[in-house]
Amino acid sequence: MTGIVETRRIEDRVVTAPHGREGRLRVANLNVSFTRGGTEHHVVHDVSFTLEPGECVAIVGESGSGKSVTARTIVGLTGGRSTVTADEISLDGESLIGATKRQWRSTRGRRIGFILQDALVSLDPLRPVGREIDEALRLHNWGNRSERKRKVLDLLDSVGVPDPQNRARQRPDELSGGLRQRALIASALALDPEIIIADEPTTALDATVQAQVLSLIADMKSRGVSVILISHDLSVVAQLADHILVMKGGQVLESGEAHQVLHDPRHDYTRSLIDAVPSEHTRGKPLGPPVEIIATPHPPRVAEEFADYDGPVLEAKHLVKRFTTPDGSVSVAVDDVSFTLARGETLGIVGESGSGKSTTARLALALSRPDGGSVSLLGRDWTTLAEPRRRALRGRISVVYQDPLSSFDPRWNAERILLDSLPAELDGDSAARHARVRELAGQVGLPEDVLRRFPLQLSGGQRQRIAIARALAPSPSVIVLDEAVSALDVSIQAQILDLLVGLQRQLGLSYLFISHDLGVISHLSDHVLVMKDGAVVERGTPDQIFNHPRHPYTQQLVSSVPTLDD
Amino acid sequence: MTSLLTHNGILSPRRVTAVPLGLIASVATVVLFAIAVASPGLIATHGPFALHLQESLHAPSLTYWFGTDESGRDLYSRVVYGTSQSLLIGLGATGVSLSLAVLLGSIAALSNRFAAGVVNRVIEVLFSFPTLLLALLLVAILGPSILTQIFAVGIGTAPGYARIIRGQILSAKNSGYVEAAISLGHSRPRILRQHIIPNALRPLVAIIALSVGQSIVWASSLSFLGLGVAPPSPEWGALLDSGRAYITQAWWLTVIPGLVIVALALAATTLGKYIQKALERGER
Amino acid sequence: MSAPSAQSLGAAPRSGARLARLAGGKLVNAVVVLLGAATTAFVAQASLPGDRATVILNIRAGQAIRRTAAELAQINAEYGLNHPLIVQYFDYIRGLVTGNLGVSYQQYRPVAQIIAEQMGPTIVLSLTAIALSWVIMILWVTLTAGRSARVSALGSVVDTTAAGLPQYWLGIILLLVFALGLGWFPVISGNSIAGLLLPALTLAIPLAGFMGQATRAEFENSLEQPFVISARMRGMGDFEVRLRHVLRHSILPAVTLSGWGLGATLSGAVVVETVFSRSGIGQVLVTAVNSQDLPVVTGIVILIATLYVVANVLVDIAYVLIDPRLKAQ
Repeated sequence: MTGIVETRRIEDRVVTAPHGREGRLRVANLNVSFTRGGTEHHVVHDVSFTLEPGECVAIVGESGSGKSVTARTIVGLTGGRSTVTADEISLDGESLIGATKRQWRSTRGRRIGFILQDALVSLDPLRPVGREIDEALRLHNWGNRSERKRKVLDLLDSVGVPDPQNRARQRPDELSGGLRQRALIASALALDPEIIIADEPTTALDATVQAQVLSLIADMKSRGVSVILISHDLSVVAQLADHILVMKGGQVLESGEAHQVLHDPRHDYTRSLIDAVPSEHTRGKPLGPPVEIIATPHPPRVAEEFADYDGPVLEAKHLVKRFTTPDGSVSVAVDDVSFTLARGETLGIVGESGSGKSTTARLALALSRPDGGSVSLLGRDWTTLAEPRRRALRGRISVVYQDPLSSFDPRWNAERILLDSLPAELDGDSAARHARVRELAGQVGLPEDVLRRFPLQLSGGQRQRIAIARALAPSPSVIVLDEAVSALDVSIQAQILDLLVGLQRQLGLSYLFISHDLGVISHLSDHVLVMKDGAVVERGTPDQIFNHPRHPYTQQLVSSVPTLDD
Repeated sequence: MTSLLTHNGILSPRRVTAVPLGLIASVATVVLFAIAVASPGLIATHGPFALHLQESLHAPSLTYWFGTDESGRDLYSRVVYGTSQSLLIGLGATGVSLSLAVLLGSIAALSNRFAAGVVNRVIEVLFSFPTLLLALLLVAILGPSILTQIFAVGIGTAPGYARIIRGQILSAKNSGYVEAAISLGHSRPRILRQHIIPNALRPLVAIIALSVGQSIVWASSLSFLGLGVAPPSPEWGALLDSGRAYITQAWWLTVIPGLVIVALALAATTLGKYIQKALERGER
Repeated sequence: MSAPSAQSLGAAPRSGARLARLAGGKLVNAVVVLLGAATTAFVAQASLPGDRATVILNIRAGQAIRRTAAELAQINAEYGLNHPLIVQYFDYIRGLVTGNLGVSYQQYRPVAQIIAEQMGPTIVLSLTAIALSWVIMILWVTLTAGRSARVSALGSVVDTTAAGLPQYWLGIILLLVFALGLGWFPVISGNSIAGLLLPALTLAIPLAGFMGQATRAEFENSLEQPFVISARMRGMGDFEVRLRHVLRHSILPAVTLSGWGLGATLSGAVVVETVFSRSGIGQVLVTAVNSQDLPVVTGIVILIATLYVVANVLVDIAYVLIDPRLKAQ
């Protein structure tokens, strides 16, 4: 915590905007702190910016940067036991400082619209989307019932929802990702607010839907709506922002014109964020500052029986997996998928949600039995074995999930988790087991004191490192990485990706890397499979897939990925 | 992914924090009852059966803290002397109930499809009988006695706990850490021993505490209906039963034993919750 | 990890067919529960210790004496006790299907008749209690959940305490304070409307506590959901947010508990009818348990199991009305 908190309580001061200065929204020296357990946490320090009509200001930062708190404070919903102070928060020259609850309520929705992340959770899941849009109108006494009904349909139409009459009657879960996100935007636009605050509006959305949403926001902007865009993703921000604030730990580290911030960053942190974004151009290069990977005193013991084997380490032939839903209908999650993975290489599987990529991972791990086809591991039968016979081979393939927390027994600390994952050869030799655990921790770049902590006490990055260490423990030949870096902040993601690349080089590992993120896939993979609706639609080298896609779906997917250069 | 809603928990309403007052009160109550069991003479002011016929139906006073009954016996001392029997019933019923619940719950969650299907049906059928009804059915068959009371309450409360334990085992069985152990190639017995059983039985401490309190309440309900331990005994339910005839003249004969039961049940529940929280806090 | 949700094979089944399938499954469940209840009832009657004919005669006479063979033969014939158990079982089940719950050992009358006479007041009491418990629970949770630490803690302590209150004790307190002390209600409530409130409250308060515990957790969880933030961002006030958005999301567990609560309040009537001197099934049950008149006891057991099954059908319907997503799944 730096500096002394100024105690100009927002309720106590009335500041009017100086005449003659432009700015639809002006924020000057905004500070927010929360009191928890008797101590004060200062989470936003001296944030200032001005927003002009038709302009987009983006606030970029990783989790805990204070960007979302800033956005909420602007509409008076800081929440919790907070203290907000500012020299100025004004809308069209009218101060919002000291506004009553009633004034805030009439501002929210009417003058400032707010778009949160995924509409599946940001619209009431139990109500038809039309009612949510209607609610926005009703709360501000707009028109009568029938006028509102007509307006709802107009709004849906204006954000590009076809057949609004029927769509308005459907719930978010009955609409496609793109349509429900449009409905969410329609509810924020209902009363033509001058300002839209979009807080991570595309997080958790598939790339194709993200592209639709971004172009919709760009449309609004061109019609004169001012946009505050909150995001962790620089390439999303690059699509829309005129001005960018980079925040970290509640401080604004850099603030400037978008092109300058993205292409000529003044602050090291901004530069490191930009460098951390994986893409095809970063292949073979580290994303973060170089980290020394501790050389292992004991080289990996590939079981002797496999020492001479040089065929594909993992080979899937015509995999099929069907699921029967409770109502009796059958859906095909994986449809005739084949692939081979060579020693020391990375096979990337990319696809959107529901493409069957995670089911493919489970089949490769023999955690789920295929309805057709088979997988062989190091040239041996794998999926056709009975589980007790398969156990002996299990150490040759391991897995790292997106959410390592749920894959750790909550009663065990990190050391116990790693000890438990050691191969049976070390049983009975306590000293060797502990030495091996320390060695694993070193390999994944964790200091030893982290080993004493429980999963809940670890940061996201530390958890993922422990998960990788556990995957390395039995000295496998293949590691399946299922969205393993998707939940991490970009700088942590960069560290983990660098670690994975280093481990692969050092240990000769093969990766089956599954992700929805084309950037990550192109950074890491030697070969790529593109999946859609359970089937492989295209396969090839990253260059073929990302620069010369042949299948229309791949083309659409590749073109919808935002880049920093836009 | 930045999830602004749980952003360091800052924007969420403050979680209910520990109220140590509740803990202190619960511990004090439990200690008091423990003394009443171990050495009732130490805290009783009169004998449990000492008659003071000329002082019958006295309201609570300095001499008779909880008042006297129709024969002039001191209610406070009777409550103290009745503690051991009431707790015995509570603990006995908890033992019966949870043994049954663990047995049914684990078969339903862990055995093969057929056995699990059958046991699941049994649990659902038993659960369709309210606790008191199931207990009354057993009393009707076996006739009222202290042993009947233990089994009636134990069996009556078992289906609900069986469902809880089944749920616990299933959620451990389907957890990410069990899948991680499977992919490490660990054997079924090892996974069962290391992960499923310890995690599924973790809330058992809280359930035991809750169950002791609830068992005493149910047992006293049977006694209140005249279907439990018979009146001359100072067992709490029996005190209620005999006091019932004097509701209009002597409120203390029913209200105070009832209050004692409520206090014990609440103290046990609160203590169970604290123990549970403390176990979980060890991992933070 | 997202659940696999690939395209369906062929045409998606029409929602009518899907609903029929679901309803079929529920029906099978209901039949299994009822059959299980009937079997339990039969086993209970068969497991009465001692020779059943002797026991029945003793219950009738109210005294245990040695019986002659002729007396026993008559009872054996009357209750079909000469047949093998399995035959008796199927006779019993067949009887149940036609509404024959057997004959009381003590009153020489069909059990169905005894129950039918006394059922009305008890069912009115139960339903009133459930309605009251909903009102109390919704008011209390909406007012106290997700407020400042102190109010939230108070809210949840009251829930826990209410849920743990023994019905007899609560009944006595209400009786002493409101009927004997303040004289607002009759002491012996009979079957009057004024006499209904205290007994119903006695059953409603603990049930409200149980439902409150379940609802409160969901309520506080829903208050933090993005769709609630969205509603606030639209300019909605706190009270309206709670009532229009949060409440609907948080009452599903309480709806489930209501199905169970019907059985609990019906059997709780045993205690409450005793405390408030009301007539009803509860009084019949206590008398029957006391005299080991098992056909009456098991008749009531089957009745309550049947009502439980009916209540659960209503709960399932309420579920889909509250959360239409369940229909789609």
